[in-house]
Amino acid sequence: MKVPYKWLCEYVNLDKNINEVADALTISGSKVEEVIEFGKEIDKVVTGKIIKTEKHPDADKLTICKVDVKDEVIQIVTGASNIKEGDIVPVALHGSSLPGGVKIKRGKLRGVESNGMLCSEVELGIANENSVHGIMILKEDTPIGEDIKKILGLEGGIIDFEITSNRADCFSVYGIAREAAATFDKELKKIETSFNETDESINDYLSVEVKSSLCRRYAARMIKDVKIGPSPEWMQEKLRQCDIRPINNIVDITNYVMLELGQPMHAFDYRYIKGKKIIVRTAQDDEKFKTLDGVERNLNSSMLVIADGERPIGIAGVMGGENSEIKEDTTEVIFECANFDGTNVRLTSKKLGLRTDASSKFEKDIDPNLIDIALNRACHLVELLGAGKVAKGVIDIYENKVVPYTLEVSPQWINNFLGVNIQKERMKKILENLEMKVKGDDVFKIEVPTFRQDVKIKEDVAEEIIRIYGYDKIPVKKILGETVEAQWTLEQMLIKKVKNVMVFCGLYEAMTYSFTSPKVFSLINLPENHELRNTVNILNPLGEDFSIMKTTGIPSILECLGRNYKRDNKEAKLFEITKVYIPSGNNLPNEYDKLIIGMYGKVDFFDLKGVIENLLNILGIDKAEFEREENNSIFHPGRTANLIVRKKNAGVLGEIHPDVAENYEIEDRAYIAEIDLKTLFEAAKNEKRYKPLPKFPAISRDIAMLVDENISVSELEKVILREGKELIESVKLFDVYKGKQIPEGLRSLAFSLTFRAEDRTLKDEEVNKVHESIILKLKEKFNAQLR
Amino acid sequence: MKQQLENIKAEAIEEIRKAKDSLKLDEVRVKFLGKKGALTGILRSMGGLSPEERPIIGKLANEIREDIECALEEALKQVKEKEKMARLSLESIDITMPGRNRDIGNLHPITKVLDEIKEIFFGMGFSIAEGPEVELDYYNFEALNIPKNHPARDEQDTFYISDSVVLRTQTSPVQIRTMEKIKPPIRIIAPGRVYRSDAVDATHSPTFHQIEGLVVDKGITMANLYGTLDTFAKKFFGEKTRTRFRPHHFPFTEPSAEMDISCHVCDGKGCRVCKGSGWIEILGSGMVHPDVLRKGRIDPEVYSGFAFGLGLERIVMKKFEIDDIRLFYENDVRFLKQF
Repeated sequence: MKVPYKWLCEYVNLDKNINEVADALTISGSKVEEVIEFGKEIDKVVTGKIIKTEKHPDADKLTICKVDVKDEVIQIVTGASNIKEGDIVPVALHGSSLPGGVKIKRGKLRGVESNGMLCSEVELGIANENSVHGIMILKEDTPIGEDIKKILGLEGGIIDFEITSNRADCFSVYGIAREAAATFDKELKKIETSFNETDESINDYLSVEVKSSLCRRYAARMIKDVKIGPSPEWMQEKLRQCDIRPINNIVDITNYVMLELGQPMHAFDYRYIKGKKIIVRTAQDDEKFKTLDGVERNLNSSMLVIADGERPIGIAGVMGGENSEIKEDTTEVIFECANFDGTNVRLTSKKLGLRTDASSKFEKDIDPNLIDIALNRACHLVELLGAGKVAKGVIDIYENKVVPYTLEVSPQWINNFLGVNIQKERMKKILENLEMKVKGDDVFKIEVPTFRQDVKIKEDVAEEIIRIYGYDKIPVKKILGETVEAQWTLEQMLIKKVKNVMVFCGLYEAMTYSFTSPKVFSLINLPENHELRNTVNILNPLGEDFSIMKTTGIPSILECLGRNYKRDNKEAKLFEITKVYIPSGNNLPNEYDKLIIGMYGKVDFFDLKGVIENLLNILGIDKAEFEREENNSIFHPGRTANLIVRKKNAGVLGEIHPDVAENYEIEDRAYIAEIDLKTLFEAAKNEKRYKPLPKFPAISRDIAMLVDENISVSELEKVILREGKELIESVKLFDVYKGKQIPEGLRSLAFSLTFRAEDRTLKDEEVNKVHESIILKLKEKFNAQLR
Repeated sequence: MKQQLENIKAEAIEEIRKAKDSLKLDEVRVKFLGKKGALTGILRSMGGLSPEERPIIGKLANEIREDIECALEEALKQVKEKEKMARLSLESIDITMPGRNRDIGNLHPITKVLDEIKEIFFGMGFSIAEGPEVELDYYNFEALNIPKNHPARDEQDTFYISDSVVLRTQTSPVQIRTMEKIKPPIRIIAPGRVYRSDAVDATHSPTFHQIEGLVVDKGITMANLYGTLDTFAKKFFGEKTRTRFRPHHFPFTEPSAEMDISCHVCDGKGCRVCKGSGWIEILGSGMVHPDVLRKGRIDPEVYSGFAFGLGLERIVMKKFEIDDIRLFYENDVRFLKQF
């Protein structure tokens, strides 16, 4: 909300630089968004008198002026045609600056020396619609050699406040003045509201009926003998500074009062109020109404309207109607000064897509008692401007009067709660400056004015005191009391471990959105009836692409791989720990943590499997198996495995199906894993136990053989381990070969076996015996040919 | 014979002196001390000497053998040393060639900063609490003094799943869930994802991270709140950081405050990063509203507490001077490698 600094100073004598005031108000709770200093960019521009003009010898359109700037007479060449000898004008001297970063320097124009520039209003940044073209001509009695900022009143500025929603009382110049008065401990001046009434009574012209409790108060005054015309410049200037376009004296008065006091008002042309009455009622469904801006609105029964005997003439708290607006020939005016339910105004304005200055004030729920001063102020201004005569009496429908609220709080409690030590007297003074009445000493009995609906409990009083006393005076104190021990949960520690393993395996952590498009299921080849297609849906998404909550993390990681591929990154190895959201049948879905891995580049299935094996190892999961998976449509049928942990499926890993890769525009083999962390963590062993180091040496033997290529390494390993009985310590595949010299359908595998006994040095004969039996079994079971 | 021995010694010493490598030295050893060596020859011929001469010559021969052996040993040591030096100099490598390293990945910058913040609060006795992202309207709004139609609901444009279920717009619902679960003293932070229906641009994301903090105990004051946050700011942004507390309004705290830190780029002088003010707003906070304590089944007449919430992305962006929030969710490896 914009507050012109000069206007603010009319109510409170601040006597300070605009920036100091802005800073202090920020600290006391009225946050300043921006300070707009009018003349900030203007420097070294003074008033000067043109004492002589002559034509430029070489340029028809240029004039050479001799200008008296008090200390000296300087020569300036100008292209303007509206000047004459004797004019007093703004002169930008050599080395001066103007708005927009313009710097004025001495120079030559067509060979004639020019020591500055004569300025127009545009160049000074103060042009408005009344500005004349050409150099700004000042009044004849303007002193010369003076700073132009002083002459034009450009020394102040505008402070733009961010007002929080609980402080409806601050949405006005006077409201901010009250805050400033309390902040600087200065007197707040009263607002002039006196005026005279004529003998004719409003009651002879109008009656008002309020049919809805959404209107909390409705007051009206009548103005007779209205003479519509422009409002005075001082009023127009203030309106413009607050971004309101001046219209005519009557409308400007209503807007002026709104800015000054925060109470929106409306003016109706009396001649268009049919049936001499105003009825405040809810609209009918589909009732049509053309607002002041010329737009036809479709109303419904949730909206409150101001109607006359026949039709709506305004939407309550939002905008008036075209059918009753003030015209140039208006002679009788009804001022409406009312109070409406804030929520209703907000919803109406939202539904209509019509947010106005009035609605944005009403929606904060302003004080119904503000009407008295606002309506009187408007009448005072009518008289001051000579815009008309105020008829006798006021119509005021106000059923449930809002009265001041009283609460009790002890100063001791306030100090304890805040952790400060403020004197009682100081507290009292602060509250009184905020127009609260305080009685009592050890316990304050506080009467809160009705415009402070936000002060209801003792914590609110504490805030009032500390914000004026100064948040900067709150001391830094450590929390005392019972020691609280911080702890990581087991799950938090395991997640940390998972992330560390991923990073050390060369993977980069990714983060993706939790919502995605329902289209992703077809992109990953998921069957039509798959359970993962049952999703948690957002009612008001940003678009279809963000409309469902993830049930799998695979599509998002594929998108990331696709994006990296498209950007010519030769390799991408990513992981993400993400939540998936599975409908539960209850109010809230189940949220599960998944580990998603995605990679392409110089990698294959076994790189991915290696990462998973490392993870299992670090988590202490020994009973894990990889089971061939041929039927997962997301993946390559021959290059995919399920991870089985303690007989539970903990996830899947494999090469992505070429169709899916194509859908994500990855022209490379991509590898993906999705692992359920809960299943993994249930099997994780956090405790490890020491095993004594072997005391006796081991003996190694290698086996190389040809076997049918469909026989899996793990089948062979199982047989070797079983036959090796208690003597075999480990078996390790060290070579795989297929191709030349190997018959079709077979492959060559080489294993390294290690034998060891715990209690003795093994003899060759013992090992040979076991080794023989292993070979025998391999031949027998798999038809293995030893090489 | 004596002269003969002396000659052998002189000859041997001379040859040892001339020998350039261990091979040559070995030849010398064989030549003089070997089975067929010169000295051995002399010793063999000692049988022809008189019994008086024999011990004298024998002694002398042995002395000479020892001298030669000694000289040989000494020479060998020197030669070996020389050879070693030569080898070492030959073995010199170009240490500017790149090291052989494993590819190590990286944590997301948001995780890195979050971990840092967690550690700081952990050190102050805060545990980590969690709550669901798909949340009941009750926890996200109602219990936090934000009834239906409250203007604050417009400020936080909400994604709805149903009338009573939302994507949480803040981490504050974890406050209520925590108070329902554990008795004071409570000291937790609750980091997590939150959602607002903001269209995506360089500074807006429909999903981002917040860190909530909650402390409830007997005698907790606003000075404790300021003390905790000031400590955090100094630990995270550096000891020289100044902090500023400003009044603000949140429905679920009273009094409420925003905290600014002195701009780390210009040290408070005013620059582009802090928009000339010298201050950067980093978090919202306040004393827990008594209604909120009651919703958490905690008696506000006995206990008091404070809460705070900060937006993680903003802090990460300031810290690394990242100018576009979208980079966090694109996951370009060239971006992820930088942190």
